[in-house]
Parts: sequence; structure tokens; C-alpha cells
Amino acid sequence: MPSYWSAVRAVLWKDLAVEWRSRQLLAAMLAFAVLVILIFNFSLELDAVARRTVAAGVLWSTFALAGTLGLNRSFVLEREGGALDGLLLAPVDRSAVFFGKLLANLLFLLILAIFTLPLYALLYNVNVFIPGPLLVTGLGMLGYVAAGTLLAAMASAARTRDLLLPMLLFPLVIPVLITAVRASSGFLSGLEMQYIWPSLNVLIAYDLIMLATAYMVFDFVVEE
Amino acid sequence: MIAVRGLAKRFGYRWVLRNLDLDVAPGEIVALLGPNGAGKTTLLRILAALAKPSLGQVSVAGARLPDEARSARAQLGFVAHQPMLYADLSAADNLRFFARLYGLDGGRVWELLETVGLAGLDRQPVRSFSRGMQQRLSIARALLHRPRVLLLDEAHSSLDQEAAARLDGLLAELAAEGCAILLASHDLARASMLASRIAVLTDGHIAAEIPRADFTDDLAGRYQAAVEAARA
Amino acid sequence: MKANPMQAEKPRLLRVLEWLTVISLAVALYLTFFYAPREAVMGEVQRVFYFHVASGWLGMMAFIIAAVAGIAYLSRRDMRWDVLAVACVEIGIIYAFINTASGSIWARPAWNTWWTWDPRLVTSTIMILVYIAYLMLRQGLEDPEQRARFGAVYSLVAAVTVPLTYFSIRIWRTLHPVVIGSGSPTAEGGFDMTSRMLVAFLFALLTFTFLGVTLIWQRYRLGQLNQHVEQLRAEVQD
Repeated sequence: MPSYWSAVRAVLWKDLAVEWRSRQLLAAMLAFAVLVILIFNFSLELDAVARRTVAAGVLWSTFALAGTLGLNRSFVLEREGGALDGLLLAPVDRSAVFFGKLLANLLFLLILAIFTLPLYALLYNVNVFIPGPLLVTGLGMLGYVAAGTLLAAMASAARTRDLLLPMLLFPLVIPVLITAVRASSGFLSGLEMQYIWPSLNVLIAYDLIMLATAYMVFDFVVEE
Repeated sequence: MIAVRGLAKRFGYRWVLRNLDLDVAPGEIVALLGPNGAGKTTLLRILAALAKPSLGQVSVAGARLPDEARSARAQLGFVAHQPMLYADLSAADNLRFFARLYGLDGGRVWELLETVGLAGLDRQPVRSFSRGMQQRLSIARALLHRPRVLLLDEAHSSLDQEAAARLDGLLAELAAEGCAILLASHDLARASMLASRIAVLTDGHIAAEIPRADFTDDLAGRYQAAVEAARA
Repeated sequence: MKANPMQAEKPRLLRVLEWLTVISLAVALYLTFFYAPREAVMGEVQRVFYFHVASGWLGMMAFIIAAVAGIAYLSRRDMRWDVLAVACVEIGIIYAFINTASGSIWARPAWNTWWTWDPRLVTSTIMILVYIAYLMLRQGLEDPEQRARFGAVYSLVAAVTVPLTYFSIRIWRTLHPVVIGSGSPTAEGGFDMTSRMLVAFLFALLTFTFLGVTLIWQRYRLGQLNQHVEQLRAEVQD
């Protein structure tokens, strides 16, 4: 039997290999993210001051919306051809499958961030390449994919899977969105840390609680 | 190798299996026959630890299910209806991935591609494979870890003559090595050729077992009679 | 679950509860409109308060029972827990909605707006959305057992995020410009309860507890009978 960590790595490697071969997901997520940023820009009619204040909100709305594309695909490809059963047949802990999928989804979102952040810095004229906002981006995305991977696994079993995921996911990731937006705009407008810590604390708490919960309940999602 | 006592399985409000007993010894090939919807696939999924029994004792390769599922999984192979493969990955990458999940290195992958006759096509994505080729790859996937128990759900269905004959040979070989094989099928002729015993599954339980000694010319008649008797 | 001839008949305790609910609702209405004094600053609209808080309490109670029933289902695998969870969620949504709507009616004169981004308001609205999503998830699933399992998992995950939602909104609000009210809704439009108000308030809570238990019980029985029908149908098909 493989070790826990090597099973996690195998699942991660497999998801990356599928994306490398098909090259469908990242391109779609990127194009979608750029569109969302542009739509926000036109619909909000932003002046220089407004840009700075809503910048973080636009960024996180973009991540949340584009992220669902990746999460949906993550488990749709497992249901196709019964591949998920193949995974579950292997003598590995089910949570290793979960964490492998989670890491793959996180990586896709981080790649998305690597491409969108410069564009966004350019269009909104804010420098996001400082440690604070980058840290918040990482923490926020971790919480988002922890909830998202779990819910996508459930949504993919339903008849209405693509429609269902945003409905299931968005009400549950509101703490991530709010705290990530607050913390990053705090960093961007140079607030003192004492005003940023409360948001960071809730964000970290969310990450830990969601990871622990998902670890405990994922078995129930994939059993029959 | 496989021991089932009083197994029952409920989906929602329907009992799909009830009071089912079945044994498969090492080196034995048992053919599981029965009409559509009799519960063959459900039984195999339970034995593969993919579904949980509602009632009864199930043990596979010496491991009790569902409690010791992980140790059972390490020793069982399952060829299902669906190929359980990733369409975007190549044949070799699929096998390499599943090999890693069983804690194996890559050497076994080439051996099996050879065995199922896909050695020249290892770089092709599975998406481009015909149904029969996918089935062959699926068989290779099930055999990666040299399982002691092999479960097949109509594994011959989409194979051509040659590949089907090849699978027959492979199964006989595995049985000779001591593998316990349970083969769900609709094909009475093939079952009578391969199996040491035919188990007739009707109405959620094993209605009759026909040992090899009783494989007479009128096997089809006997099978039909067993199904009818269970229905009456 | 086997066929139970007694099941079709209403349990006696439930009949008692029904009458208790009807009577105490009448009393609660009397207390609210006649017994409790007119609040000096806000006037008549303050009377919304009694049923507003009580329906919020009923909604919360229902959601908490739903989460507990979910956990019970996952450990026991008894479909009755699932039937209870659905009953609680449906009743909970209705009363959480009544809570929000009546709050809005009160907020119009008290805060001069129908809606404000107050942590409690936003959290309760998100909770309604969460449980609507819960019902949608169930609707998309065919297998009753899977429906029960996913429902339990979803309500469990929802239960751990709701407090975080509240905290995150509170942080967000406290750093926002304060337009109406401060952090808590009692800050503006707050009032001191006289002893008569307290009586009316406590009685409303009690009444809605009866009401909640009655409604959830009725819905639970409906769910059970429904299951029974499904089961009979499955047997006929066999």
C-alpha cells in the first residue's frame, strides 16, 4: 500500500496531467477572469479613488466566479467513465483523494492569480505585489478550495451539477470573501496591522475549520 | 476468498439483494448469471467495497467488509461496466497513475500493456480508443497489483473474438495461479466453458448453483428452470 | 421501517400540542396588542418585536435541530433522522424569512430604512440562502439514501460556517461608516422593556416554541407517511 502522502501526490499529479493533456480548464478560467475584470471596470465607472477602494472586491469576485469553473470540472472529470470508482478501489485513504484534488484545485487558482494579478495591477493601478495581499490571496484561496472541493464532489453527483455548485458554495464562502477583501484592501491602503488582524484571524480560522470538517466528512460524500 | 452470508442491500426503499449466500474459493472461476436487474452489478460493487452491505457478513480476501475495506481493496481487482479511466490521459499514464495508488512502480505497467495487447498504443489518449480497447486497458488496470480476487462485470461484452479469447486464456491462467474469480455474465456458452460453477442470481439472491459436473447439453434449460423456479 | 397501522393515526401528545399552540397563540396576540404597553418612542410598530424575535428563535431552533439530526443520521443511518432534518429545514426557512420580513417592517420607522448591512441581518439572510441551497441539493439527487447523506454533510458544513459568517460581517461592519444603528440593532431603536413587555415577550417565545414543535412534528409525520408511500410503491413494483 502506498503512503498517505504519495497517494495525495499521485492524485495531484494525475489532475495536472489531465489538464496538461486537455488544456481546457486554465484557458477557460483565464479568459473568464479577464472578462469579469473588464465587466466590472465598465459597469462600475471607476475613478482613481474608487478604484483603490473597490479593487480588492473586484479581485475576489473574479476569483470566486472563475474558481467555480475549475471546481466543477474537477469532479465532472472524475464522474466521467466512472473514474472516481477507480480511485475509490485503490487501497488509499479517501481523504488522501480529497487532499490531492484540493491541492490541484488550489494550484489552478494560484496559476490564475499569477496571470490575473499583473493585469489587474495594471488596469486598476494598484501594486498588489507586496507580501500582505499575496499572503491573503493564498489563505483565501485555501479556504475557498477546501469548501469548494468538498461541495463540488457532492454537486457532481446531482442531476443539476453545474447549476448547483455556485448555489451551494457561495453562501458558505462568504466569510472568506469578506475577510480576504477587507484584509487585502487594508494592506493596499496601508492600514495598521491591528486593523487587519481581526480579518486575518477569521480567515485563518475558516481555513483550519473547513479543512478539518472536510477531512472528517469526505468519506460520507464518496461512499455508497 | 469470497464468503458472503445473508447479504442484503437496500437502495432507498427497495431491497436489491436479500439473504444472499455465495462462496468463491481460491483458483475457482464462478460465473454469476441472472436476468437484467437481478442485482449482479450491486453484488460486485459490494464485493469491491464500493458499496456498503445493508445487512449480512461479507469477507473478501480474508478481510471483513466494510470494516477492513482497505486491506480487501489491496487484494482485489474489479473490471466494471464503465472503464474507470481518464479519457484525456494516455494508456500508459492511466496505468502509471493507478500503479502509484497501489504503491507499485512503473515496471508492471509495460508488462500489462503487453498482456492486453496495447503495447504499441501506450501514448495514445484513451479518448481515441474504441470501447473494446478501453475495456482491455480496464482489465490491465484491474490486474496491476496481482489481485487475489478478481471481479468482472460483463468483461467480454465489447471485446472482439480475439480479445475475448485472450481474456479467457488470461482468466484460466490467473485461476491456475490461485486467484478467485467471479464473473458476472449473460453469456451462458462462455460461462460453461470457463467456470467451475454457475451461480444463478435472481430476485436478489442466489437461486441455484450449478456445478461443472452438471453442465449438460441442456444447460440453458437448467438455467432457465432455475430462474423460473425462483420467480414462482 | 415496516408498515405501522398506528402511524396514520395522530399521536395524542400531538393533538394536545395543537390545542396548546392555538390557545397560546390567541393569548400571545392579546398580550402583544392589548396587554403590553405602547412603547413611548417608537409607538405601535414596536409591537412587531414580540413575534419578530419569537419567529427568529423558532427558525434558529429548527436549524439547530436540523444540524443535530444530520449528525444523528450520519452515525445511525436511520432515515427517520433525515425526515426530521428536512422537516426542520423547511419550517426553519419559513420562520427565518418571517423574522427577516418583520424585522424589515420594524426597521423602516426605527432606522428609516428597510434594510441595513447589520451582521445579524446579513447572517440570517445568508442562512436562508444556505438552506434553500440545501433543498436544491436534495432535489438534484435521485437516491434517497444519498440525498440524506449529502443533506447531512451540507447542513454540518453550513453549521460551522454560519458563526464565521457572523464574525466576518461584524469585522466588516465595525470598520465601515456607521449610518444607522451601531454594531447591534438595539443600539438605535433600542428600548427598556417594562415588566409587562417582558411578560408578553417571554410568552411569545413560549408560544412559538409550541408552534415550532407542532409544525415540525406535523411535517415529520408527513415525511414519514411519504416514505411509507414510496416504500409501498417500491414493493408493488417488485
